[in-house]
Amino acid sequence: MNTPVMNTPALPGPLADNPRLERWVTFPAPGKVIVGTGRVELGQGVLTAMTQIAADELDVAMERITIRSGDTEFTPNEGYTAGSQSIQFGGVAMRQACADVRSLFIDQAARVLGCKTSELSICDGGILHNGVPTGQDYWTLAGAVDLAAEATGGGKRKTVADFNVIGRSSARLDLPAKIFGAAVFIHDLVLDGMLHARVVRQPNRGATIDAIDERAIKRAAKAPVEFVRNGNFLAIVGADETAVDLAGAAAAKYVIWQHVETPTPLQAEASWLRQRPVIDRIIGAPEPADPQGRVRFESTYTRGYLAHASISPSCGLALYHDGRLTVWTHCQGVFPLRAALARTLSLDASAITVHHVQGSGCYGHNGADDAAADAAIIAMKMPGVPIRVRWRREEEFVYEPKSPAMVVKVRALLDDAGKPADWSAEIWSGTHNYRPGAGGNLLGAQALPNPPPEPPPGDVPESHGGGATRNGEPLYDIAHKRIIHHLVTETPVRTSALRGLGAMPNVFAIECAIDELAERAGQDPVQYRLSITVDPRARAVIEKVAAMAGWEAGESGGAGRGRGIAFARYKSRAAYAAVVVALDVEETIRLRHVWCATDAGLVVNPDGVINQLEGGIIQSASWVLKEQVRFDDGVSSFDWETYPVLKFSEVPEIDIALINTKDEVPLGVGEVTAGPTAAAIGNAVSHALGARIRDLPLTRERIMATLLKE
Amino acid sequence: MTKKYEFTVNGRPVSVSLDNEEAPLLNVLRNNLGLMGTRFGCGLEQCGCCMVLIDGAPEKSCSKPVWSIIGKSVTTVEGLGTPEHPHPLQQAFIDEQAGQCGYCLAGILISAQALLARNPSPTRSEIAQALDDNICRCGSHNRIIRAIEKAAARMGAGAIS
Ligand code: FES
Ligand code: FES
Repeated sequence: MNTPVMNTPALPGPLADNPRLERWVTFPAPGKVIVGTGRVELGQGVLTAMTQIAADELDVAMERITIRSGDTEFTPNEGYTAGSQSIQFGGVAMRQACADVRSLFIDQAARVLGCKTSELSICDGGILHNGVPTGQDYWTLAGAVDLAAEATGGGKRKTVADFNVIGRSSARLDLPAKIFGAAVFIHDLVLDGMLHARVVRQPNRGATIDAIDERAIKRAAKAPVEFVRNGNFLAIVGADETAVDLAGAAAAKYVIWQHVETPTPLQAEASWLRQRPVIDRIIGAPEPADPQGRVRFESTYTRGYLAHASISPSCGLALYHDGRLTVWTHCQGVFPLRAALARTLSLDASAITVHHVQGSGCYGHNGADDAAADAAIIAMKMPGVPIRVRWRREEEFVYEPKSPAMVVKVRALLDDAGKPADWSAEIWSGTHNYRPGAGGNLLGAQALPNPPPEPPPGDVPESHGGGATRNGEPLYDIAHKRIIHHLVTETPVRTSALRGLGAMPNVFAIECAIDELAERAGQDPVQYRLSITVDPRARAVIEKVAAMAGWEAGESGGAGRGRGIAFARYKSRAAYAAVVVALDVEETIRLRHVWCATDAGLVVNPDGVINQLEGGIIQSASWVLKEQVRFDDGVSSFDWETYPVLKFSEVPEIDIALINTKDEVPLGVGEVTAGPTAAAIGNAVSHALGARIRDLPLTRERIMATLLKE
Repeated sequence: MTKKYEFTVNGRPVSVSLDNEEAPLLNVLRNNLGLMGTRFGCGLEQCGCCMVLIDGAPEKSCSKPVWSIIGKSVTTVEGLGTPEHPHPLQQAFIDEQAGQCGYCLAGILISAQALLARNPSPTRSEIAQALDDNICRCGSHNRIIRAIEKAAARMGAGAIS
């Protein structure tokens, strides 16, 4: 049998998955364009960038475009908005969809006007013939162009030289409403007849309700509330939000649970992972048994559990009516959530609609999916009544999935020049992927009668950049590299995706180790890195950031003042970033200045990219200086006092340079600075103290202990 | 038992009837008056999302019982300015693209307004310190500080001319 010969170019993945053009672009009314994207706004500015992309490829003004995002009814299914992939993949799909649409309209215009397509162009939606307006435009032709057609990839995307909108800074479309205090967040959504709800959380899977003092809880509410119960899932529902809040707080005392498990302080430490059951694998060739006379270097680095600590607790709304469930959520993937809800509630996915509404920044898999599921579970018990669940602050901290603690042990064999010839990273970590789309259970589902089984242990596959192994391998020119991955199969708390997944602890380990090796070799950290790097884009960001920071080789540290550098290419295949940090250390660390050079390929919205890079640097600095989820008779980091984050007066000044913005492929930047910032701080602290701290966070206690040892 | 509470919000007298005398001002603003700009972040007076001015002083509204503000004057972010007539701070936040998710901004704008009212030309570190009661998890801090510097400069120039 002959295979048919295809001449059309391969469609970008998300477009191949969602080929009907009307999911991407429609022309609903004269002068108006609706663009659909499966990616959702998480505060990263993705909808502004997508609007820029569509405006450029369609040749219409940005103002004409309304963007629809993350909606199981209307938009393409692009899985999760995560991993800094929205623009890299979703953006290219959007470009191609728009180019295909544009070319269908040019073809139709040529037929109507009786001319060649090569004589036609488009300016703000109007068709020009040899540069002269023809009276035809997208909207006059729309009736004759069938956008239910599938994309072919036949439309020619613009080249970088032809871009008018892509590559220029555009003000964020969503910011003004937020600055004027408009109702834009899911928390602001009010549905007719809506009731407020709070969940009395099951402390852990397997815990069962022993007793409920309903009268005491109702008394505490000071206004009418009702209980909704399904197995060990218990919620308090009422018209008055204050009442459900008061009742929810009282429930801590008046609902008694059995089979409660509480994690201990020891379990909060990464080192605890070393003694746990694991699933092992090696990525790369096995480690040589004999160092063959070469010097062996070994060093171990750790990081504790982190919280996403979104500024707002999660929120979800749901309505079950006439056999249909409608859910409003700020989660990162409406289609995977729909599938998980269908599983959990024994509904057909086609009977569920999930709408995305913006929440506060989430930085990964926080409580958003679970809050939506809570609302859905309650709504199923109260048909016809819209239910709004908003988690309490403590609930978000205690029950959101955490970023897993990690241990990273680096081993290297050094050549005569003190450069690594063989490199191993041995990694212990829980999973970085308990997303509903990866089979993870929705939190409320665990409390239902016959809770679904736990999914088999796993982590993000290497094809998706890896989870604990993400950035586990240095980009440097080292003849033999490998990762030994110990997936810890049970952790004391649920763990899942946080900004960069394993990249932060891994880059911290690698880049601190590289500094340790440079010091052994008696070389400057910048020079040493350059001496083992051929990739020109990597060299460029390292050289650029060194120049920005006025880096001088051999500058002596000590006396509490230090500076450090670090570098990584995110996932070893996405954006490049190098970071220099200048800081002072006394009992605590004061960040003075951070410089960052990034190569993110084609940049759609330069100011938007810089904004995200700054955010990534500050968040990483906060993780490194302050953050660890503690356990003490349960999760004892439950508010902003027990889980402090970087304050305004602790934030350093930041300078950012974007280089090589001419490239064709855009590379996401939300996660690229996390690792380099962490390691540059670690290296700067070592430069300042003359001693190294290998365990994160770099707390006052650890600094004092290090100083005392010296 | 339903009780009536009277106070002023953004220059307008309001009267709300509440069953729950424990209701914090934040819930009343959002659920009874439909003013969604003031946001819930913690309910514990720790994050600043719910910041409002009460008789000109910055206060967290999430734990402030509504009875305690009877007869007082409350200003929320909606009272600062509108898209047609933005407050200089709001204009400067837009100019500097100060924000990522934007959830923290309403509370921060209120804190900034209170700062500029008592110190029209604050230094960078004075601004930072004045905002230490507000958390921004997205890392928009430097842009926010720059926007406040810019607004202060513009307002100062306006006062002189
Ligand atoms: S909500 Fe009031 S301070 Fe956080
Ligand atoms: S912009 Fe998201 S918390 Fe400040």
